[in-house]
Amino acid sequence: MAKPVTLSQHLPLRWLGVLPFFAFAVLFLILPTLYIVIGAFRTPQGDFTLDNIIGLNTPTIRNAYWISVKISFWSALLGCVIGFAMAAAITVGNTAKGLRNPLMTFSGVASNFAGVPLAFAFIATVGPAGIITLYLRTEFGINLRAYGWNLLSAWGLTVTYLFFQIPLMILIITPALDGLKREWREAAAILGATGPQYWRMVGFPILLPSILGTMALLFANAFGAVATAIALTGPSLNIAPILLFAQIRGDVLGSPNLGYALAFGMIVITGLANALYIWLRARSERWLK
Amino acid sequence: MSFLTLTHLEKTFGQNRVVKDFTLDIEKGEFISLLGPSGCGKTTVLRMVAGFEQPTAGDITIDGKDVTGLAANSRNIGMMFQAYALFPNMTVADNVAFGLKVKGAPRAEREARVAEMLALIGLSDLGGRYPFQLSGGQQQRVALARALAPRPSVLLLDEPLSALDAKVRVSLRNQIRQIQQDLGITTIFVTHDQEEAMSISDRIVVMNGGVAEQVGAPFEIYNRPRTKFVANFVGTLNTFEVEVADPASGRVTLAGQSLTLPDAPLAARAGETLSVALRPEALRLGRQPDAESLLTAQVTDVHFMGSVIRLKADLAGAAVSLDTFNRPDTPPPVVGSAVEVSLSGRDFILLKA
Amino acid sequence: MTRLFAWGALLTGIVFFLLPLYGMTEFSLRMRRGVYSLDAYRAVLVDPQFQATFGYSVVMALFTIAFGILLVVPTAYWVRLKMPELRPVVEFITLLPLVIPAIVIVFGYIRLYNTSSWLPLTGSAMGTNILLMFGYATLALPYMYRAVDTGLRTIDVGTLTEAAQSLGAGWGTILSRIILPNVLGAVLSGAFLTFAIVIGEFTMAALLNRPAFGPYMQILGANRAYEPSALAVIAFAITWACMGLIQLVTRFSKHERAKA
Repeated sequence: MAKPVTLSQHLPLRWLGVLPFFAFAVLFLILPTLYIVIGAFRTPQGDFTLDNIIGLNTPTIRNAYWISVKISFWSALLGCVIGFAMAAAITVGNTAKGLRNPLMTFSGVASNFAGVPLAFAFIATVGPAGIITLYLRTEFGINLRAYGWNLLSAWGLTVTYLFFQIPLMILIITPALDGLKREWREAAAILGATGPQYWRMVGFPILLPSILGTMALLFANAFGAVATAIALTGPSLNIAPILLFAQIRGDVLGSPNLGYALAFGMIVITGLANALYIWLRARSERWLK
Repeated sequence: MSFLTLTHLEKTFGQNRVVKDFTLDIEKGEFISLLGPSGCGKTTVLRMVAGFEQPTAGDITIDGKDVTGLAANSRNIGMMFQAYALFPNMTVADNVAFGLKVKGAPRAEREARVAEMLALIGLSDLGGRYPFQLSGGQQQRVALARALAPRPSVLLLDEPLSALDAKVRVSLRNQIRQIQQDLGITTIFVTHDQEEAMSISDRIVVMNGGVAEQVGAPFEIYNRPRTKFVANFVGTLNTFEVEVADPASGRVTLAGQSLTLPDAPLAARAGETLSVALRPEALRLGRQPDAESLLTAQVTDVHFMGSVIRLKADLAGAAVSLDTFNRPDTPPPVVGSAVEVSLSGRDFILLKA
Repeated sequence: MTRLFAWGALLTGIVFFLLPLYGMTEFSLRMRRGVYSLDAYRAVLVDPQFQATFGYSVVMALFTIAFGILLVVPTAYWVRLKMPELRPVVEFITLLPLVIPAIVIVFGYIRLYNTSSWLPLTGSAMGTNILLMFGYATLALPYMYRAVDTGLRTIDVGTLTEAAQSLGAGWGTILSRIILPNVLGAVLSGAFLTFAIVIGEFTMAALLNRPAFGPYMQILGANRAYEPSALAVIAFAITWACMGLIQLVTRFSKHERAKA
């Protein structure tokens, strides 16, 4: 007799504790996203359609996605390679352990120094009238522009993104590098392996899921970034987030539902990248447990 | 010349001399344990043999060849680590094959050797598993197979049992010893566990403060420890003060009873006191016909441990431990009772400080 | 060889990091022709727009932090104590803002809470402010939740709660007097990170048309030469201060625990 009473009293009470959180998540995270996703498959009259998704296949939109993917891919790849090299130098390289703490602190700051001010910093440095640009021109007669450099371009944006991508890589991969046990290296050595053999057969394969996973995260990180791009290039650069920004402001595509489809496409791409990240991370954690 | 020689090895880290003038000759096929507390330098000696540390001074030779300056990867040594150190990204079979693979052995040879090694450790059907799918004991057996697969000339064991459960520890210890004897491989085993060292070694090196205090067979180390440190480290010890009666014949007196110590003549004059020691099992309960002397002791504590009963008692002014075998028909003495204890001068151990 | 490579990588990276910082600092000091001066900073600081937008963003950050703490601490505590089976779900939700770009979330807000909807938040300035605050709380959710959850892991939530209950404490008392002080370091870390995120946030504020610091910086950047660099230096200093405070708090709370 007592059991049903406690159940009916305790079950709702238990759920009451997480109710605010779920209410918040549904109202301000899940519903807004669902609204966009559903809108992507609807006509203005509310009927189901695939026309919006098919409608993404215009030169402008295709191009916007493609440039976005390129910028995100290259900034993720370069961020990974440079960040990994720097993290390796302060951990396993036995080279610059004294630089470890300053670099980690700086990475914490720089990975959060994004958005509008980051664009300003790069404009002041390597923009058309930036300090370095002018210095190279007046002192050495080097015209960066003539070498194909333009900060207000896809490559300029890629380089600017590296300012937070590299530190993010350092922050994520340093613990993974610390996780490489000294015994593995010693076991490999005593079994006759050379240094490069150890890295090729043991060290690198162990780190690979972490590296690829972090790269997926960096990709998603760059793909969704809006502020730096707008502050750097204004509305001129045709990338997916800027196109979406303009669409939200003024319906430049001339169809609200096409706008939903554009946003849906972005969710799909960042979602895939993150799913890859989670999957690869679970893999590497399984090994290292 | 011995198979593996360590000659006047020295190692300093900064100001810290962790290994001091360490010399040891090891015969082919011998199982040697380096025994000592943590920080005694035993691991450093092992790591110098492996090639992970460069000696500050001294030489290491293996099979007549000087390997002192040789890198770890060209010494042809096998090693087991405390934390298994299996490569987590490889299957058991790939782990075992690693040493052969880096040497460029053909696939067929590798596969045959892996099968042979897995059979040796009794894990033939686990070749496809990953290390994280194995228990600690299984992982350490794989580590042994991996170390032995490239046919090393020397096997180094760096406390390979200390991370395992008590039961697994004993069975793996016996398995390691069995395989070592079957293969006849020269082995150095580092441990801080005296029981472990005594049960599987041909010889033990007891180390303290970077120095080899005593080298000898387990029986010798236990029964004839040369220093107080060795005596204490390899077992329980009862110490007594005795008065020297006749240094030439080794006669002393303890609580009015006359005893004859071994190792006469004694390096002391008549009337002086000497510090001597006895193992708990050298004190025997009751009147024993072969014993030199009989004393009365006051029982202060009784620990029933199964086949052995350990008593604590006051004997001739000293608190002593004494061991007696359990006998089903005789209950152990009770606390507070007086017991007769037989002892003989020949069992006493004379200790250098 | 390896050493050379390591130093090369480090040096390249450090130069890459330092150049823009040097560039923006140098540029921000060049407003007066021929000499270094703080004119750009002065121009920014006396700008009533700067004062208004910066003040607005600071207030928004503080409200976001307060709301975030009120939302995250009880939830994380409750999930650990009573509903561990919900943990994967809650953790997944808290990570969603890293997956869904902010611009998509705010797009949804604009359509879902417009003037003709069931909850017309964008119909009034106050309503939009509240909506923006919820948006910021969403952006900060992954960081806040992880910080607090990590903090809770280091204390024995169950035992502390039972001990407090046996002494007669209610839920409010337990949360505010027992749990919160014990995870204060973690909460403060999350708070400073939230502050760093909110203070310069651009996308949400711009699309919701709120007079925040991020959009102000962007407009200034489009129209002025030297002031943006001064703003960048100020923004970098704020980020640095927030991260420094996080380190300080972490070190302090570790120290406290070590003493206890």
